[in-house]
Amino acid sequence: MNKFKAIIMKPQDNVATVIEDIAAGCDIEINIEGNSIDLQVIDNIPFGHKVAIRDIAKDDRIIKYGEVIGVATAPIAAGRHIHVHNLGGCRGRGDLENGTQE
Amino acid sequence: MNFMGYRRPDGTAGIRNHVLVLPTVNCANQVARGIATNVRGAVWVEHQHGCSQLGEDAQQTARAFIGHGIHPNVYGIVVAGLGCEVIRAQDVAAAIRRHCPYKPVHTIIIQDEGGSNKAIRAGTAAAQAMMIAASALQREAIDAGALILGTECGGSDACSGLSGNPALGTASDLLIDAGGTAILAETAELIGAEHIIAERAVNAAVREQCYATIRAFEDSAKTMGVDMRGSNPTPGNIEGGLSSIEEKSLGCVYKGGTKPLQAVIGWAERISAKGLVFMDTPGNDIEQLTGMVAGGCHICVFTTGRGTPTGSPIAPTIKVATNTAMFQRMRDNMDLNAGTIITGEETVAQVGQRIFAEMLAVASGKLTKAEVLGQNDFAIMRIGPSM
Repeated sequence: MNKFKAIIMKPQDNVATVIEDIAAGCDIEINIEGNSIDLQVIDNIPFGHKVAIRDIAKDDRIIKYGEVIGVATAPIAAGRHIHVHNLGGCRGRGDLENGTQE
Repeated sequence: MNFMGYRRPDGTAGIRNHVLVLPTVNCANQVARGIATNVRGAVWVEHQHGCSQLGEDAQQTARAFIGHGIHPNVYGIVVAGLGCEVIRAQDVAAAIRRHCPYKPVHTIIIQDEGGSNKAIRAGTAAAQAMMIAASALQREAIDAGALILGTECGGSDACSGLSGNPALGTASDLLIDAGGTAILAETAELIGAEHIIAERAVNAAVREQCYATIRAFEDSAKTMGVDMRGSNPTPGNIEGGLSSIEEKSLGCVYKGGTKPLQAVIGWAERISAKGLVFMDTPGNDIEQLTGMVAGGCHICVFTTGRGTPTGSPIAPTIKVATNTAMFQRMRDNMDLNAGTIITGEETVAQVGQRIFAEMLAVASGKLTKAEVLGQNDFAIMRIGPSM
């Protein structure tokens, strides 16, 4: 079994994907290209969901696979759960267009 | 590298030898089912269209029917119509005969036959004769480069982009290295990842076509004034950990491997290029699958995180679980497990090799779970409203 409980895809990512349910308060170790990061998890994070591995300011870009997957809609501390409650997608957002020009 | 397949008189290769019963209009669905259930081994499809369609919409539906009829996995076809529909069974049958003069094609028109029971009786006789003739054919060794792979991911979870899709990308690369073709589709699920695929285009025209196709899809969502997250990622995707269309797309695009992009084609259009091809399809699993199979894809590899039973009636659909928990929970639907990448038991390259080996085994006759379950999913993509 994998001793790591979360996966980071690229060194520039600011999120990791957890590969088992993690309870709030747990300390986990994450590996990225041979370096390991220790992180205290603040929220309960379900399997497959993302955890912030750095502090992320509101409106900062959230990076996974080395690419932008959205922006933070609130400040997110390292160890917090990142999901639709604090990540806003930038693409396919007809709700933001409201008849205005791009 | 070979598989054991059926060499057709026009040089194409089939990996199955189906007798297909296809209604050209939804009014003929029950007759098609009646015929196929009378003949052991025959397959059929059902759908909601074939009438009250105009212009490009009607042409596209006809293209999907004809694509299934001329498909090399189909030995022979019974085309069932009602008699008054827009897409007429006799026209579809004529187009199939034009493309494949060697192929048995029989047309049943319910109104001309004098009702459903007589139509089923006549169609059954034709399908039975085809099935007996089909069963006499032998498989022979055919180069793997003859194969067209359709790639698909659905019911995605956060593991799809970490395990199943990169492994499928490896298998896609292996097939292309062997001289074959792989299709990347699901335009809605390339929004936010288009640069990754478009920048691999073989020339500027293909690159621009790739960008334009994805932009058009995103613009159509925008003109509806909706947040795509209402439907994509789906509620199940979101529960599985995906937060935005970009995140889903960046995981999806991995299944297209790393090879140059040769061509961009429309839904259900014939696949003629070798190498990686992008087909413009919705993210909807069954509409995508139908489009790829109509284009000529022999075999589909479908990665899934949440689990799905989907399968084409004529193109074996291999299901790859992206996580071990779902693989164990849905053993009757899943053919392979890529969750071993998540647990660290295997690498992406190892699972990619395993998917490729399974593709060749299935191409040679091994049944997929979806085939054993009798999945016959088929759906027509619509452009305009019904009239």
